[in-house]
Amino acid sequence: MPNHHQQTVPPRLAVSISGSGGTGAVTVGLILLDAVAKAGFYGNMTRAFGPQIRGGESAVMLHFSDQPIETLAEFSQLHLALDWVKFDRFEDEIPLTADSLVIYENSREKPPGLVENSGATLLGVDLQAIVKTIKGSRINMVALGIVAQQIGLARHFIEAALQKTLGRKGSEVVETSMAAVDAGMALLTDTPLSGLANWQPTHQPRWNMSGNEACGLGTLRGGLKFAAAYPITPATDIVEYLARPLVQMGGNLLIAEDELAAMNMVIGASFGGAPSMTATSGPGLSLMIEAMGLAVAAEIPALVITVMRGGPSTGIPTKSEQSDLNQALYALHGDAPHLVIAPLNIQESVNISQWALALSEALQTLVILVTDQHLGQTRMIMDPVDKLPLTLSRLQPKADPTADTAVHYQRYQITDSGISPMSLPGMGSYQYAAEGLTHTESGLPSSRVQDHAQHLHKRSHKILQFDYGELWAQRLPMANAQHTVITWGSSFEAVKEAVKLLNHRGAAISLIGLRLIMPLQAEALAALTQHQKVLVIEQNDSAQLSHYLLAEKAIPLDSEAYAKPGPLLFKPSDLIRPIQTWMEDRT
Amino acid sequence: MSVEKIPVKKARPNDYTSEHHPVWCPGCGHFFILRALTKALAWLNLDKENIGLVSGIGCSSRLPAYLDVYGFHGVHGRALALASGLKLARPDLTVIAAGGDGDGYSIGGNHFIHACRRNMDITYIVMDNEVYGMTKGQPSPTSDPDWHSKLAPKGTGLARFNPMGIALASGASFIARGFSGDPNGLTKILTEAIEHKGFSLVEIKSPCVTFRPEQKDWHHAMRLMNVTLTANPMEAAQAIYGSDGFDTGIFFQADMPVYEAEAANEKPHSDSASMESIEKALLV
Repeated sequence: MPNHHQQTVPPRLAVSISGSGGTGAVTVGLILLDAVAKAGFYGNMTRAFGPQIRGGESAVMLHFSDQPIETLAEFSQLHLALDWVKFDRFEDEIPLTADSLVIYENSREKPPGLVENSGATLLGVDLQAIVKTIKGSRINMVALGIVAQQIGLARHFIEAALQKTLGRKGSEVVETSMAAVDAGMALLTDTPLSGLANWQPTHQPRWNMSGNEACGLGTLRGGLKFAAAYPITPATDIVEYLARPLVQMGGNLLIAEDELAAMNMVIGASFGGAPSMTATSGPGLSLMIEAMGLAVAAEIPALVITVMRGGPSTGIPTKSEQSDLNQALYALHGDAPHLVIAPLNIQESVNISQWALALSEALQTLVILVTDQHLGQTRMIMDPVDKLPLTLSRLQPKADPTADTAVHYQRYQITDSGISPMSLPGMGSYQYAAEGLTHTESGLPSSRVQDHAQHLHKRSHKILQFDYGELWAQRLPMANAQHTVITWGSSFEAVKEAVKLLNHRGAAISLIGLRLIMPLQAEALAALTQHQKVLVIEQNDSAQLSHYLLAEKAIPLDSEAYAKPGPLLFKPSDLIRPIQTWMEDRT
Repeated sequence: MSVEKIPVKKARPNDYTSEHHPVWCPGCGHFFILRALTKALAWLNLDKENIGLVSGIGCSSRLPAYLDVYGFHGVHGRALALASGLKLARPDLTVIAAGGDGDGYSIGGNHFIHACRRNMDITYIVMDNEVYGMTKGQPSPTSDPDWHSKLAPKGTGLARFNPMGIALASGASFIARGFSGDPNGLTKILTEAIEHKGFSLVEIKSPCVTFRPEQKDWHHAMRLMNVTLTANPMEAAQAIYGSDGFDTGIFFQADMPVYEAEAANEKPHSDSASMESIEKALLV
C-alpha cells in the first residue's frame, strides 16, 4: 500500500461534538471533515449513537492531520457540546483530560460531574441567544463556526462543504447557515489550539470514504455483477453504497428476505456466471453458514463480507470487536476449506476486497472478507487508491458447440491445481448439475469412500497450492529485532503506531499484520517468528487469533497474547504499556 | 424465451433426459412429473443449455440430475432463493425450481412467500406427497391433521398448509394444480407455466407409494382439468378455497408486474466510463 508519509506519529488534532437528537452534531462532523479535506488536509470521523432509531443523542469524534490518519487520539482536545443530554453515554468514546477544552451551550444545563471532574477547561456560551438573532438558523451551525475558528479553518472551505451538503435545499438555507457560522467564528477570537495553520496543505486529489464504501468500490473494481443482502448493522452501508454503481456497471442487487436467502441468491447468481457477494455481520453470518458450505462443496465462487460488531447474540450492533474470527474460520460443518481475508485498515479495504472477489472467482470457492464496525463505518480522507493489477478470473472450458462433450464434460474434474473448468449456463454441450452432496467428477451424487476423499482433497489442495504472493501479510521488519508483534484488522493501525513509537525510543520490534488468515501461510510465518518472542494483539476476550496461530504451529509455543474485548478500538496510547511490559518479561 | 425463435430442429422429450436413473421408488409419482416436464420442454423446443433447473433437498429435489440441462442441487429449502439469484443474473435463461412439500412449504416457507411477492419469471414445481419421504415418513405441512406416523402417533392435529392460497395472497401471477397420474394435463399446465411471464406455482399431487400407500387411491378422487381459469384474484380465491384439493387445472393467471434485472434494461455507458464516474464521486 502506498504511503508517502513516514513520520513516527502523525501530528493530530482531535475534536469531538455531541448533542441530543435533532441538534445536528453528526451534520457538523460531516461538514467539518469535508471542509478540512477541501482545505488540503486529512482526517477521520467516527460516530457514537444512543439506542434510539432516530432522534437520539449522538456524538462524532474527528481526527485531523497533514497526512492520512486512521488512529484515534488519547483524548479530545476540543469538545463542543450542543447540550449535555445523556452525555455520560459517550464517556468512553470522548476522553476528556486537563488538556481538553470544552465549549458548551450554557443557556439550559451545567456540565455534568464527569466533565467537571476531568479537569478540562470549560467555556460556556449561549448558543440559543445567537440563533435567535439569525432567523431560521440552528445552533449546530454556530458550533461549526466556533470549531472552525478554534482549529484555524478558513471560512470559504466551510462554505464549499456546506454548499455540497445543503446546496440542494436551496441557496437560502446555505446563506442562513453561513450567517450562523460567521456568528460562531466571531464569538471566540482566542485560539489556544495549535491548528491547521501549522501544517502544509496538499493540493493532491483525495477521497472522502468509509471503509464499507471502500469494500463496495473494491468489489466493483473486481468485476462485481451481483449482490444480495439483508439489512444488518454495521454492514448495510456496503450494499447501500453499491445500489446505484452496481447497476451502472451492469450488475444487479437483490434485497433478500433473510440471510439464508441472501447467501443462496449469491450462489445462484454466481452459478450463472456473475461475480457475486453479500455483506453481513455476525448474526447474519450465522444464518448463512449452511449455504456457505454449499459454495465450498459445489465449488461456486462467492464473496461474503462480514463486518464484525460486539457479540455474541445481538451484542453491541453499533460498536466494534474482532470476536468473529473463530466463526469465519470454523463455523462451517464438515471439512470445508475456504478463504478468510481481512484488510488492515480503511484505505486498503479497497484493494483487499478487490483481491478477495478475484480469489473467489479464481479458486471457485467461498471467500469470507472480515472487517469490523470501526473499519466499516469510520469515514476517512485518504489518498486515492490505484486499482490492483490482478489478472485472476474464473477458469472456463473452451467453448466448442460442435463437440459432443455432454457425456464427457466433468465439472469437478480432478486436475493438478485442483481447479476444474467451470461451464456457465448457455454454453452448449457443457450442461451439468452443481451438487452439494459428495459427488463424482461429473457431479453425480456419491457416498463412496474414494469419491469423498478425492474431492475433499481436491478442494483443500486448490486453495493450498495457490500462490497468494506478497499480499498475505503486511510486514514491517526491524533490523536485529528479537520481538515480533502480530495483529490483524482494525487493531493494525494502532499497533503500528505504538510499535513505531517504541522503536523510535530505542526498542527493536518487528510487526506483522495478517491479511490472509485462511489458508494460513503457516510456514512463512513460522520462518519469520521462529527465533522471536511473539506477542499477538487482538480485540476480543478469548485470544482467537493467538490460539489459531499456536494450533497451526505458525508461532513459537511461548508466544503471548494481548487480547481485550471491544467495543472500544485500541488507541496507540493503550498499547504502549502492554507491549513494554511484555518485552520486560520476555528478554 | 427461445420459443420465439424459428425452430431449426424440433426437440423430443428424451433429448432432455440425462443418462442417470432416478433414485425414486418404483411407482413413485415423481417419474411421471419428470416425463411431463421433458415433454413440456420439448413442446416449447427450448435449448437445453438455456435452462436452469434448481432444487433443494428431498426425494423430488433429486430432479436436476435426471435432466440434461444446467442443474443445481442445493441445500434444503432454499431452491427459490438460489433460483431468484440465477434469474436476476441471467434473465436470458428459463429458470425452473423444483422440490417437495417439506422443502418448499416448511423449511423454505419464507422464500416461497417472497418469491411469490417478487413475481420473478420463474416456474416453481412442487411435487406434493404430503410426507417427508427421504427421512422415511414424517408429517409435512400438507399432511392431514389425523395422519398417524411414528413422529406424530395421534396425527399432528394441525390444519393443512394451503400453498395455493398463500401464493395468491403473496402475489404469484400463475397458480395451478396438477396430478402426476394425468400426464397430458400436467404437460399442458407445465407448458403454460413455463411460458407465463411471472412467478408460476405448479402444485402437483404426486403419490408416495412407500410411506403413503393410501395415496394410490388419488386416481379415483381426482377431478382432472375441471377448473375455470381466471385473472380475478377474488374468483381465484373462491376456487382455491372452494376446492377439496382434488381439482386440477390453472386456477389463476394474471398479467402482473414482474421483478426484473434493472441492469439488463439500460446500461448507457461502458464499464470504464461508469467506473470513472463512480470514482469521481468520491473526490473531496
